[in-house]
Amino acid sequence: MKYAVSDSLVVTKRQLLQLIRIPEVLIFSTIQPVMFVLLFRYVFGGSISTGIPGVDYVQLLMPGIFVQTVAFTLAGTAVGLAEDMQKGLIDRFRSLPISRSAVVFGRALGDSTLNIVVLTVMGIAGFLVGWRPSSGVLNVMLGFAFLLLFGFAMSWIGVLIGLSVRSARVANAAVFIAVFPLTFLSNAFAPTTGMPKPLQYFAEWNPVSTMVAGCRELFGLQNIFGVTANSWPSQNPLEMSLIYMVLIMAVFIPLSVRKYINTASK
Amino acid sequence: MNLAQRVKATTLNPVKSVIAENLVKTYDKGAVKALNGLSLDVEEGTVLGVLGPNGAGKTTTVRILATLLTPDSGHATVAGIDVIKNPDQVREVIGLSGQYAAVDETLTGWDNLVMFSRLYHLSPSASKKRAEELLEQFSLTDAAKRPIRTYSGGMRRRLDLAASLIVRPKILFLDEPTTGLDPRGRQEMWGVIDSLVKDGTTLLLTTQYLEEADQLADDIAVIDHGKVIARGTSDQLKRQVGGERLEIVVESQDLKKATEIVERVSGGKALVEESARQVSAPVTTGSKALIEAARSLDDAGIHPLDIGLKRPSLDDVFIALTGHAAEDKKEEEVVDPKARKRKKK
Repeated sequence: MKYAVSDSLVVTKRQLLQLIRIPEVLIFSTIQPVMFVLLFRYVFGGSISTGIPGVDYVQLLMPGIFVQTVAFTLAGTAVGLAEDMQKGLIDRFRSLPISRSAVVFGRALGDSTLNIVVLTVMGIAGFLVGWRPSSGVLNVMLGFAFLLLFGFAMSWIGVLIGLSVRSARVANAAVFIAVFPLTFLSNAFAPTTGMPKPLQYFAEWNPVSTMVAGCRELFGLQNIFGVTANSWPSQNPLEMSLIYMVLIMAVFIPLSVRKYINTASK
Repeated sequence: MNLAQRVKATTLNPVKSVIAENLVKTYDKGAVKALNGLSLDVEEGTVLGVLGPNGAGKTTTVRILATLLTPDSGHATVAGIDVIKNPDQVREVIGLSGQYAAVDETLTGWDNLVMFSRLYHLSPSASKKRAEELLEQFSLTDAAKRPIRTYSGGMRRRLDLAASLIVRPKILFLDEPTTGLDPRGRQEMWGVIDSLVKDGTTLLLTTQYLEEADQLADDIAVIDHGKVIARGTSDQLKRQVGGERLEIVVESQDLKKATEIVERVSGGKALVEESARQVSAPVTTGSKALIEAARSLDDAGIHPLDIGLKRPSLDDVFIALTGHAAEDKKEEEVVDPKARKRKKK
């Protein structure tokens, strides 16, 4: 359909307009990750040794928090869509002659745009508390592009959840239960070496870990924080992360679009 | 069809803008039958009022016709287009507004109308122009830059309706457009709807208010338990229930005497409502019966507090047809709370 792109952009624009009309949403969605940066930096930073001479905890922490934050993109997506469903807005969109994928694509795109703002603010906050990526501007930009793509992929999981649950509150709770452990059963905040063996394997295969390890590489750190099993994902985190992202999108984009089309046609 | 054929067809056989045949829709794997073989049609340029209590299947009908829902079986066309086979084409020609269609509450009225105009593929400048026109038409210009959540119920509905009129749809579906509005909001809505109809929009309107159907619709389909149980103009439906009734209200002490008089004039059994001090009975002779009753009352020295001929209201029609009042919704709510929740969604 020739309007597929422009329809999506209109839906994205609506989301950005919402941020302008209710700026609190933007403020709080950036305050929270910044708060995490400060808490982890000053609470754990003093007691966790990186094991690398001359590299302090904040260098390892920042990629971890970036990944955690973009992983939670799916919460915003799920809650936003569940709210639109509840209020009947999805019905209205479905009664319009627009591309069948526009509403969900627009939403995923809008949440990615929000991520740009959030990551920028977090990057600045990180810099202020001592984060210094050592890989050069190009690699740093590449790292952020990588993070944005991950957020985009994750938000498709959020689309499916948002269209499937009965209310926004359920969406919020469901997402929290699913994502929170995932971000902690990883190498994001602490070395995986301290975990029981089965968890170590899980942590190494966890997409959050491969993303974090990948970003650490791109930001100029050696990937040694929590490699225990020498598994393929921990040796090739960037490749593995790309595979994960492609897989997530390949599965969840078609499912989400189908769900949107059939959402009330039970 | 060429133009000549079309004109001929129109004059001989009025064009049906909406046709629904034998629609069946069940929820919860058949446990709840929302539609049970519903058929109806709307002639081009007319207003069909679909009247029924909550849970009768009104919203399900609208959702199927507006392509939001697929029926289990049955067939429906809108503007001659099959809603199941070509939903995209149907969406080009319809507008939908009502209790479940909605607007973005965080955005302003202006934002919403521009956004929806863009989604109807108007250019950015045309979208702004159309938004301005619609705000003007619906007396919302002053509130244009305010978020919808600050709007009153009536304003919100008007904006919702405006959003469904962006491309001047040939066929408009309004699902309970005044449910939950205060009397003033309702009057305003009626005025707006009335002017749309005068412009020739074909309208299918659902309502649980008999007064509303009476006021706005050319034709009424009464539905109950997922089926059309009566169809006709308001007058035709009232005639189905029976003719006029003579109604007299008197002081309590005169009730017995008045009953005798009414029964004599009517020749039938009178209905006495003691608490309302009212006596009524069916009559066939119209004003003659009224004069006769007045005279007899006067002769007996009774001064009626009220006396008159009452034609049946649509309320009476509904009760006569279904055995329960139109706004009675308790039954459905008890049957299956889960199904109700789903419908609200």
